[in-house]
Amino acid sequence: MELVDQHTKKIMEGCKERARDAGLRFEDETLEYIVTNRDLIELTPKVMIPTLYDYWVHDVEVLKETGKYELYPANPYETVINTRPAISFYNDNNPDWMNVMIFYHVLAHIDFFQKNLYFQHTWDYDFTGQALSDKRMIAKLRSEKGRWLDYVIEFTRGLDNLVGYHYELSRFAYPDTAIRNKRVDYYFDVFLQSEKKVKISEYIKEIERYNECLKASKKTGEKEFFSDITKKYPEFEALYKKQYKKKTGRKIDLIQFLIEHSEFLKKEENQWMKPVMEVIRKTSIFFQPQIRTKIMNEGWASYWHEKLFLKDDRIKGHEVDFAKAHSGVASLPRVGLNPYALGLRLFQYIEELVDKGKYSVEFKRLLNSSDRKNFDKKTGKGMDFIFKLRQNYNDFLFINTFVDDDFVALHNLFVAGKRLNKNKMVWEYFVKSRNAKDYRQMLLDMLYHPPDIQVDLDRTKNGNLYLVHHFEGKPLVKDFISNTMLGIEYMWGNTVQLETSEVAAVPTSQAAAYVSGPTAGMKEEQKPREIKWESVLYTMKNRRLSRIVIRKI
Amino acid sequence: MDMNQKLLKRYEELKKRGLTPEQNRKILLELNGEGTHDSPGGSRISDQTGSKDFQRVVNSFYQHNDLQDLQAITALQASYNVTLRSIDELLERDKQREKDGFPRKINVGRLIKPGRGGKEKIVVVPTTVEEKFIHDPNFKPPEEEEEASGGTGDGEEGEVIGEQPVHDPDGSGSGPGQGEGGPHEMESNAYDLGKILTEKFELPNLQDKGKKRSLTRYTYDMTDRNKGFGQLIDKKATLRKIIETNIFLGNLPDLDDIDPTRFLISPSDRIFRVLSREKDYESQAVVFFLRDYSGSMAGKSSDLVVTQHVLIYSWLLYQYAMQVESRFVLHDTEAKEVPDFYSYYNSKVAGGTQVASAYRLVNEIVEKENLARDYNIYVFHGTDGDDWDTTGKEAIPELKKMLKYASRVGVTIAEHGYGSKNNSEVEKYLKNSGLLEEKKSLLRLDVMQENADETRLMEGIKRLISP
Repeated sequence: MELVDQHTKKIMEGCKERARDAGLRFEDETLEYIVTNRDLIELTPKVMIPTLYDYWVHDVEVLKETGKYELYPANPYETVINTRPAISFYNDNNPDWMNVMIFYHVLAHIDFFQKNLYFQHTWDYDFTGQALSDKRMIAKLRSEKGRWLDYVIEFTRGLDNLVGYHYELSRFAYPDTAIRNKRVDYYFDVFLQSEKKVKISEYIKEIERYNECLKASKKTGEKEFFSDITKKYPEFEALYKKQYKKKTGRKIDLIQFLIEHSEFLKKEENQWMKPVMEVIRKTSIFFQPQIRTKIMNEGWASYWHEKLFLKDDRIKGHEVDFAKAHSGVASLPRVGLNPYALGLRLFQYIEELVDKGKYSVEFKRLLNSSDRKNFDKKTGKGMDFIFKLRQNYNDFLFINTFVDDDFVALHNLFVAGKRLNKNKMVWEYFVKSRNAKDYRQMLLDMLYHPPDIQVDLDRTKNGNLYLVHHFEGKPLVKDFISNTMLGIEYMWGNTVQLETSEVAAVPTSQAAAYVSGPTAGMKEEQKPREIKWESVLYTMKNRRLSRIVIRKI
Repeated sequence: MDMNQKLLKRYEELKKRGLTPEQNRKILLELNGEGTHDSPGGSRISDQTGSKDFQRVVNSFYQHNDLQDLQAITALQASYNVTLRSIDELLERDKQREKDGFPRKINVGRLIKPGRGGKEKIVVVPTTVEEKFIHDPNFKPPEEEEEASGGTGDGEEGEVIGEQPVHDPDGSGSGPGQGEGGPHEMESNAYDLGKILTEKFELPNLQDKGKKRSLTRYTYDMTDRNKGFGQLIDKKATLRKIIETNIFLGNLPDLDDIDPTRFLISPSDRIFRVLSREKDYESQAVVFFLRDYSGSMAGKSSDLVVTQHVLIYSWLLYQYAMQVESRFVLHDTEAKEVPDFYSYYNSKVAGGTQVASAYRLVNEIVEKENLARDYNIYVFHGTDGDDWDTTGKEAIPELKKMLKYASRVGVTIAEHGYGSKNNSEVEKYLKNSGLLEEKKSLLRLDVMQENADETRLMEGIKRLISP
């Protein structure tokens, strides 16, 4: 890999100045490399991190079709990586005007990496440096342990989508524990919500009552509040004490749990496996925010490359070239999803929304459409606001908050459906819904979301590791369960169980997958497919997998 | 007559003849199946409003990336033969896995990207998959049978805004009957797989036939040695060479106390075996591949059947240097011939099942083109064993006809997990017909379960073609 030439570097430095004047913030140093096809062959299996550890699977074609993005959240084809200094990759024959556009795009990405709070855990170190030392450690261990090292990598990678990324982040924003009242916390956060499952209105009433009590007397208010509760719920105290006794320490993910509690890994001769597992875990956590901010990050970068390019005095005469390239990247597709297009339009929409003061209760109360149309408070705060979003939001919040009726109407958006027309033998694309709620839900359903699988401490005993998959309406890929559990069993050194939910087998289940809709002239009624779920328990013992149904749901 | 009506009529006829409830159920399932036989990939849809074709519909945010979208740098992935590992090394590693008590992880022959129009570039590569706990992306709740995506522009709710032909002439894809998989730009050669297979198989019952042209069969011998590069590393020779080099370098001062960690290894120390090709005149052959692509074949069954046929096909390509003619027939209730392995491999499953239709078509082709005189004829048929013609009333006579000229007919049944074992219609009527015993040298049957692996497939091939 070669650095870009002085001429191109100078263009980049010019872009930095202009981007900074516009409000983007990033560290001074950056590295720009020219990549050849050969470089890419080496870089892409290593998700563009030149110093990532070696692993034989990187050298083999991997079947990725099954849930590619669920398996590999890190995108192997990024142009810029979140390192210190940030490194970006370029074609060696880009014309200058195009490099200007890409440089602005890259700078906005760097700004996003370095200012968005979901990346906070990546701020205080350089990942490439860390990766290099990890790579050396792994190479050294491989020379000693041979294939066993690769087994440990393989088995840990089998769990690297379950890493506790959010636990890691929560450390940065935890309120000071000293001033929190544990009993109050337990009552509102656990007891009312999980034990009693009260309605929201009741919950709010309780909060009001709590505030009232405190207002009445600062000293005894809380006592009074709880004396009423013990009357109403005699079991409260007992439950609170039980909860309190449980270890309330930091939360850890499955890989950490294995590292800390596996009898197998505690053995002297297996100690070397722990740092390897930690490397895999850290690497995964490093990449986690990327996929969770894809739409925002690409939207933000597109927003700025458009804005800054058009203002740049150095590339006069290339407006048409730019328009072509830009629309190729950021135009909304007739059918399909594009993070550049969606993110860019959302940022522009939100900026205008806030500029006009429309992001307010006052506006939301307006019902008259012409009043809504002409509403303009001229706040001029739109730019500030989108900078706040880039600091505090991720894709879920971004879409869930701002994809509303006005946005969907403004860009003529709809949920597209695809169905088969048997007479013409064509796939038909059709407008399925123009409802903003449906559109938003469709987007949310498309977002990356790994399964939530936790160690159940109560049922983990006698050497048995008990995992629970908190079911969210989607089953796990069955084919992958066996080998994943085999890996856990190896590292745990004893029996491993997994509780999950699957579609109950009805005699026709296999075929039901492709049955729908009655065929004209058929006398037999085809009922709409109904799914029955059942809770199942997989057990991996002595490298053999068994499965039993625990209960119907 | 409309296709559906034809099928319905057929169904009524069958019902009159009498069906068990189980048979009836299976038929109804296929009859009501929504699938179609499209080749996957390359989803171009034409816009009715007159503008030109849509871009490929990208249904995920995460398929977009800066290198491709901004700089048009295309995705590349190293293939195993670009990196240092040879397939021998990979297979060696896999064998070791098994010894260590873990299941094998390398699949051979699962990926293929044949070209179209006769330019058969068979691509067989070792592949693997990294298993994790992930949500099943193919699972859809019942209320969302249709695939949803985002869209923009005009159109009332319910209005059709674009069409995409189910039979896409320029589609490319991977994976049998799987649809949507992205195209793989992998290019390699069938050499390694062919080599492995060739050690194991040979076409049975070959006879001298016809004078059209002589079929050259190549035999390869790994006798020639070559420094630095080649197909198969000669370990013994390489080690000898390394020692020679190091004696020369003085790294071997004491013969009684050899310390190999001090050895230096030069690239030219590696000695490889390379092929020498020898010609061998043999009879010519035509091989028919028959694939059941009815609706019930969805999923694993198709995967198995097609994979097995890939293996047979790549072996033929390698062993007989493309001089064996291959013909491809797909069938549901009707059979059709497709021009190349590509279409054969990629067509999706749908529709009902009539095994007899395929056998009849083969008989017709053989008769029309007078193939029996000049060729040894081999037929490989893959199915899940379901047949609307439950007693083989139509299939068996066609099969008997076929056995009069064929050198070997190999039937593979990939059974579904949910059915009872060894109880499929095809298996039953083949057994009842007595042909399996009577024409043992000509007709072979291989029944495997849905969870069969590569090793099992290879075994199956051996069973089908063993003399």
